[in-house]
Amino acid sequence: MDLKYVPLNDLHVKLGAKMVPFAGYNMPVRYSSDIEEHMTVRKGVGVFDVSHMGEFTVKGPHALDLIQRVTSNDASKLIDGQAQYSCLPNKDGGIVDDLIVYKIKDQEYMLVVNASNIEKDWNWISQFNTGGAEMKNISDDICLFAVQGPKAVEVLQKLTDTDLSAIKYYHFAIGSLAGISNVILSNTGYTGAGGFEIYVHRSHAEKIWNAIFDAGKDVDIKPIGLGARDTLRLEMGFCLYGNDIDDTTSPLEAGLGWITKFTKDFTNSVNLKKQKEDGVKKKLIGFKMIDKGIPRHDYLIKDSSGNTLGKVTSGTMSPMLGFGIGLGYVTTDHAAPGKEVFIDIRGKHIKAEVSKLPFI
Amino acid sequence: MNIPDGLKYTKDHEWVKIEGNTATIGITDFAQSELGDIVYVDISTVGQEIAAHEIFGTVEAVKTVSDLYMPIAGKVIELNAILDGSPEKVNEDPYGDGWMIKVEVSGSADALLTAAQYKELIGK
Repeated sequence: MDLKYVPLNDLHVKLGAKMVPFAGYNMPVRYSSDIEEHMTVRKGVGVFDVSHMGEFTVKGPHALDLIQRVTSNDASKLIDGQAQYSCLPNKDGGIVDDLIVYKIKDQEYMLVVNASNIEKDWNWISQFNTGGAEMKNISDDICLFAVQGPKAVEVLQKLTDTDLSAIKYYHFAIGSLAGISNVILSNTGYTGAGGFEIYVHRSHAEKIWNAIFDAGKDVDIKPIGLGARDTLRLEMGFCLYGNDIDDTTSPLEAGLGWITKFTKDFTNSVNLKKQKEDGVKKKLIGFKMIDKGIPRHDYLIKDSSGNTLGKVTSGTMSPMLGFGIGLGYVTTDHAAPGKEVFIDIRGKHIKAEVSKLPFI
Repeated sequence: MNIPDGLKYTKDHEWVKIEGNTATIGITDFAQSELGDIVYVDISTVGQEIAAHEIFGTVEAVKTVSDLYMPIAGKVIELNAILDGSPEKVNEDPYGDGWMIKVEVSGSADALLTAAQYKELIGK
């Protein structure tokens, strides 16, 4: 498959970003330093260009029925201007993708999906669209900038009349930003640092990006790469599709029971309900390294006798904590916070402890 | 990109400084900038005799893990203790405070690259 480019690709190159292929797109992974960028978002404000993400609109009298049929969370509970984290269960117990469902208004929704799964999700959802909801893939038209950090609201507020402090977490407004109308201002993000995600038509993307950086100059706003995005989300224990959840992991095993609502029927809901009643055999846990070492994807998790309990799905050195943290699946008897586990790092069994999430 | 003339290099992006029978080894400025923030240098081969091109340790950046290869055969006699608490020295001063090991050389240095050859290899 040919590598795709986000509309502001050249601008990132000019800013000195190291560009790498990610989910089929040429993406900025780092501008200066992963740790510095991480701390900028935790302490100040940084901007991610995550325009590779996919967006579908779903409209019409059958829109909600379709969304309820394919997603695990209960979208009927959404009010206008509210967003919801959810997932698309498959028929075999796993997850097609995780996503955010935005309710624009009655009979009008937007689904935001992972870049690597745009085509897969489109085909998956389409096969259930027997009622004739109007679906449109607007991924190539939309740019998404995540403006994240404790100073994000102060910067963005300079550019809009919409009162951002009145928009609660997982709510959004459609307003104007830097003179551009019809911009979605969403109090969401993948960092745990606070801030907004800005959805804008690609034709206005550069103007919006530049306006945000002008407005943030006095608080030293910085562009942030996907490297820091990964360490930020991992400190919060947020799942990454393809690592921590995939076609074979159940939402209940992944700790996503809170977005799996048996108040309605959806794909595989009968089996998932039974799994909830019977109890899961493995669970996604967070763990922190007690002895020195950095956990990485696919390292084995073992007990004190050397028996394999499962595998690490994500791992890094935590810039905030200064030691290794990770997510991984273990058998349920080892899933309680405080349990001692060992990570097999290049043949050595390094001590770790199951931790509550988030890590920070 | 800093590629000092007096050093020898490998295609695995290590540098070697040979003084008498002792070689000091680290990773190049290019290597550290490609890896990003170094957060852990894991070397447990002190005292061992290691052949050229064999692994003598591992360097971990925030996002990646890379093996370190012996540029020249010899016995690892010392590792840079500063890196245990300050692995960022590899980023800040790759040819100075960020050196990794000292080796008692037993093999030939003939296959090592000059600065000009290394420069050409990385296209700088």
